[in-house]
Amino acid sequence: MDIRVQAEPFDLGAETNAFAARQSGMGAVVTFTGIVRDLDNDVLDVMEIEHYPGMTEKALEKIASQAHERWDIGDILIIHRHGSLRPDDLIMMVATSSRHRADAFQAAEFLMDFLKSRAPFWKKEKTNVSTDWVAAKSKDEDALKRW
Amino acid sequence: MDVLYFAWVRERIGAPKERVETNAATVMDLVNELRTREERYAAAFADLSALRVAVDQELSDFDAPLKDVREVAFFPPMTGG
Repeated sequence: MDIRVQAEPFDLGAETNAFAARQSGMGAVVTFTGIVRDLDNDVLDVMEIEHYPGMTEKALEKIASQAHERWDIGDILIIHRHGSLRPDDLIMMVATSSRHRADAFQAAEFLMDFLKSRAPFWKKEKTNVSTDWVAAKSKDEDALKRW
Repeated sequence: MDVLYFAWVRERIGAPKERVETNAATVMDLVNELRTREERYAAAFADLSALRVAVDQELSDFDAPLKDVREVAFFPPMTGG
């Protein structure tokens, strides 16, 4: 399990290759990447991501441990950035490995669902017209029920 | 104990962290104590359904006991990923 919370950018290709290279006996690697996207109407200038140092790492470890218990997973990588990000910047990534793809796919979805509303990160969007904290969506909370 | 605030709760209170000397038995008691302090606390804690709480860095509830607790944090629902 490799969990990193960092301000620095990360190299998606290099991280994915390194993750795949250190697996053994795993037939599948699944990755998900979150990217800062522009807004529908206003122009996004900066996305500020705040987190709770200490609790963030613990929460991510707990979520990853639950995924390990639930599926036949070889390894898990989570990288999540904080600080000031701009449109098209990579926010975070998860990678999972398993012998057969179903476990890696499901574990990656589980990790993302829980990471969205159970890991202490908060997003603030500064646009050309306003600065607002991003509100949690009820569908994100509902997404946990399927697990 | 240390009381931490994040996101708009931090902005409304005007500090990320403070030391609070309290005999509050539960998180709810602590909230009620803070509410009486100053208007900015009353404003931040006006709608508890909009808030989440962590006790010693674990997500918790407003009725959680505070005995031997070192750190309580208040924040809005999380928006990671």
